[in-house]
Amino acid sequence: MASATLSTPAKAGIRAPAVPAWVWALPPVALLALVFLYPLALVVQQSFQPDTGGTSIRPYADVFASEAFREALWTTVWLALASTAGCLVLGFVLALVIAFVPFPGARAVSRFVDVFLSFPSFLITLALLFIYGTVGMANGLWTDVTGAAEGPFRFLTTPWGVLLAEITYFTPFVMRPLLAAFSQLDTAQLEAASSLGARAPRIVRQVILPEALPALASGGSLVLVLCLNEFGIVLFTGAKDVTTLPMLVYGKAILESDYPGACVVAVVNVLISVGLYGLYRVVSRRAGA
Amino acid sequence: MGIRFDAVTVAYDGNVVLDALDLTVAPGEVMALLGPSGSGKTTALRAVAGFVRPASGRVFLGDRDVTDLPPHRRGIGMVVQQYALFPHLRVEDNVAFGLKARKVPKAEIRTRVAEALEMTGMGAYARRHPRELSGGQQQRVAIARALAIRPGVLLLDEPLSALDAQLRSGMLAELARLHRELPDVSILYVTHDQMEALTLADRIAVMDKARLQACGTPRELYRAPANAFTASFVGNANLLPVTVGASGAALGTAELKIDTSGAAPGASATLCVRPHLVGLGDGPNRLTGTVTEIQWRGATHRLYVDVDGHRVMADLPELRTPPAHGESVTLHFASEDAVLLPAGVGDHG
Repeated sequence: MASATLSTPAKAGIRAPAVPAWVWALPPVALLALVFLYPLALVVQQSFQPDTGGTSIRPYADVFASEAFREALWTTVWLALASTAGCLVLGFVLALVIAFVPFPGARAVSRFVDVFLSFPSFLITLALLFIYGTVGMANGLWTDVTGAAEGPFRFLTTPWGVLLAEITYFTPFVMRPLLAAFSQLDTAQLEAASSLGARAPRIVRQVILPEALPALASGGSLVLVLCLNEFGIVLFTGAKDVTTLPMLVYGKAILESDYPGACVVAVVNVLISVGLYGLYRVVSRRAGA
Repeated sequence: MGIRFDAVTVAYDGNVVLDALDLTVAPGEVMALLGPSGSGKTTALRAVAGFVRPASGRVFLGDRDVTDLPPHRRGIGMVVQQYALFPHLRVEDNVAFGLKARKVPKAEIRTRVAEALEMTGMGAYARRHPRELSGGQQQRVAIARALAIRPGVLLLDEPLSALDAQLRSGMLAELARLHRELPDVSILYVTHDQMEALTLADRIAVMDKARLQACGTPRELYRAPANAFTASFVGNANLLPVTVGASGAALGTAELKIDTSGAAPGASATLCVRPHLVGLGDGPNRLTGTVTEIQWRGATHRLYVDVDGHRVMADLPELRTPPAHGESVTLHFASEDAVLLPAGVGDHG
């Protein structure tokens, strides 16, 4: 009787429709192609079609030759790298404090980090404007106290303002994975280290940091890519001197109606992003993360 | 180096988890802190390590009052149940960690790491990562790491609990050997396992409900437990409520001739007899009852006998013809094998 029960093909109903597996891959691939790959292909195609007609690499030559592009490329890269470095340092320190220094409200702060991630980026820029803007609180306080006509804080429209805004906004993106990693860390390891004679800095360097490297890598690479493509913050600081690649795309497409040029810059931006992401994958795989 | 607890009290949010512990561990002594979970034994160990701050009382290492010292300045070796090895460091770097933290010269680090690994039998695994080792091997590395700094005091917090039974008895022998090789190191060994405590410890401190219940050599605690909790936690025990008489004690209708010195006639007391000291058949101090359960344990039979509503356990050498369930039997024990304890605890044996 038992053997009769066992021999019944229990999953026969599921196996019945003989659909090849690749059919199931069609809907997602089709959707991806329609909403993502096709427009991307159009952008690439457009970048090879100068307004004068025909297909050539002329738009690339023009864009690469322009001083504005080279400056934007440099600004974009150094801003993104500096922002990422700032976010990593600040995020690591803040996450350390939240995770390992017992203070009342640590959990509330940790929750706030989650909420912060859902804020739009321009909100931070607005907040910085209120504080450091030409007529912001800091300058207001200065003019009130000294009687001067103008306050000293006018860095907001410079690259430094953008850097400050990006670090402020993107730091929680580093903290989130770090806090998750820290919560996994065995406190017995920290206790073992300190009973072996290690002080806090050594414990951070030799016990916590190595455990946090994968989280730092993933948070850092995310921030790097987000910074490379950040548009809202750069636009909102209203910095005329700060032109990044996304701003250049916007300027060429909307203001100058130079679509081929805009597409060239966009392609370069995409290549940098994908390249850095690929580099991260290679590095993180080699690091065993 | 000795350890001394001077009225150490630890409380979390007004909840006392260690109540005025007074205990001295002599230099080179192995002291087991034995007790059920929540008895305060781990808290006592963590107070020595510096991870909990006593609400009152002082902790001394040797002559030094360490109550206010941070853990990294106490110079203590510590091994915990889950090994707590640093996963990204090789075995040799794990062992070298404490030496580097103490700025020991490089050449000396190398020899001391080799020495510690040799002592724990892990010399061949120096280049491995912890994840490549078994639980027992990881625990050996943890012990080597703790010993490398040459601590005067070694704290072991349930070091064998994560290992399976067979490995545990092997490691127990290893720990005993290590202690013979390092006779000056005092060991505070926290465990809930009486076998580990009986096997390894010079003295056992029995803890329950945040308090020290008894402290003595394993033999003292086993032969003459101070109270019912100690009797039942260190070895098995029959604990029977008796009334003290003029020249013995009475359990129901049974008259027992035992030493009652120190107890007033007419008082209630608890009689403690170890199950393996109870015999089957007629003899002095007879107890008659019905067999409620019989368990064959290979070399022995364990009989549960109901004597006037009290359960009496007897561990007997394997019986050729064991009594049947429900059969009436007579048990006996020698007067010198019985200990009279203060009353207050029922016969839950």
